[in-house]
Amino acid sequence: MEEVILQVNHLSKSFGSNQVLRDIDFSVRKGDVISIIGASGSGKSTLLRCINLLETPSSGEILYHGKNVLAPGVKAPEYRAHVGMVFQSFNLFNNMTVLDNCMVGQIKVLKREKEQARRHAMEYLEKVGMAPYIKAKPRQISGGQKQRVAIARAMAMDPEILLFDEPTSALDPEMVGEVLNVMQALADDGMTMLVVTHEMAFARDVSSQVVYMNQGVICEQGEPEALFAHPQKQETKDFLSRFRKG
Amino acid sequence: MNEVPELYSDILYLLDRYGGAYLSGVRNTLILALTATVIGCLIGFLCGILQTIPCAKTDNPFKRFFLGLLRVVIRAYVEIFRGTPMVLQAVFIYYGLPYITGGQVKFSNVWVAALLVVSINTGAYMAESVRGGIISIDPGQTEGAKAIGMNHVQTMLSVILPQAFRNIIPQIGNNFIINIKDTSVMFIISFTEFFAAHRAAVGATYKYFPSAVIEMVGYLCMTLIASFLLRWLERRMDGADSYELVADDQLVMAAGTYNHPDKGTPFDERSKEYREQARQELKYGRTRGER
Repeated sequence: MEEVILQVNHLSKSFGSNQVLRDIDFSVRKGDVISIIGASGSGKSTLLRCINLLETPSSGEILYHGKNVLAPGVKAPEYRAHVGMVFQSFNLFNNMTVLDNCMVGQIKVLKREKEQARRHAMEYLEKVGMAPYIKAKPRQISGGQKQRVAIARAMAMDPEILLFDEPTSALDPEMVGEVLNVMQALADDGMTMLVVTHEMAFARDVSSQVVYMNQGVICEQGEPEALFAHPQKQETKDFLSRFRKG
Repeated sequence: MNEVPELYSDILYLLDRYGGAYLSGVRNTLILALTATVIGCLIGFLCGILQTIPCAKTDNPFKRFFLGLLRVVIRAYVEIFRGTPMVLQAVFIYYGLPYITGGQVKFSNVWVAALLVVSINTGAYMAESVRGGIISIDPGQTEGAKAIGMNHVQTMLSVILPQAFRNIIPQIGNNFIINIKDTSVMFIISFTEFFAAHRAAVGATYKYFPSAVIEMVGYLCMTLIASFLLRWLERRMDGADSYELVADDQLVMAAGTYNHPDKGTPFDERSKEYREQARQELKYGRTRGER
């Protein structure tokens, strides 16, 4: 078995009186590609945002290599530099070119030399097929292209694990494929990934584990073949059948 | 109808006798307005940044108290200096400071006092503009920066402030133009700017209206040039509307000639299915809606 990178124990999150996550337990091993599926409002995105500390969990612990990142004294920016994140709305820096978007984190956070950062950024921009566009500003490129740049930006930080928060939900249907292709290639390269998605085909074909969330709890979890072919819980069956019809 | 030639000759007379005074007035006004706007912007940015430091319920009580205190202080500064006339602020600072300190603090140079008054006044207005500018930036930008491990200062300096700055250039321009005009109240502390030249000239010649014409035209010229320069700065910051595609080697160039980058990438070709699909597309045209 590969080493456990991330372990989530009894994680809960409430916004006021509204409890969004309830007692979540799961772990991520090196090389895992875990898809998190579930209806809107089931807490998938909140879980991902808690893992990246963009939301502060109400209780529970998040162990990164066995160390609780919620403990006082742990610097969130340092931890986040190891955990990449790709957002539904891309969140590229609008004031920078494509290349600068992929360099700024390396220079400011990892303190790399400019030239080294540029080479490293170009490596990933080439991988996602955005190398010709390095001089463009985010407003000048399409959604699919933005998302590919966002993936390159996250990868350029050499994260140990990459979180995807519905990376294709804001894209036109024609552009979904190009982003999923890039993600598939990352998975093939052995990248550890945690993907919140509505793309059932991606969850089934690419991931090594599928987590089904319902109303803030992990309802069912397992290998994709098993979970999609023989869901154990009634809620999972209902959810999957709704998707097949839709 | 001999008023117009008379006005003309009066203006010429004033310019001939007091031209130097008007010119040095213009120079002083511009230097004061420009410097004070720049310093005021710096104060405004500082206040804006300090006011928007995130304060979570989970932070330790000391930090929360300190941040709360900071916000109250900045709030008070903004309200006091925005809510009182600049003429009175000038009097308070230039005459009031030596008065209450028993001559311990006094201004040897009227420039220092004038700069101080106009700067902190501009700063009070800019603090609000900057705060608005920072709040108006999509929270996604902050999250994107946080997600790659930037701390608050790095996020502000590299991502948020450049965008906020672009958005509040019109406000900075507003303040600059207001400063060009409003520095005229600095005559109260005997600062010799453009309007002081008018007071000197009419004091000696009683030619109120001709001198006022010179003043009007002078102020309008200064503000028009300032507007023009600011528009130019805005356009410059927006950058070019188009961008160049970059190709490092011949292969990429050649690839671009038959395969538009929108349609696919070398990376995509790793997938067998995609290659087949691309082939079909070339043969039968693109089909939409299949995923």
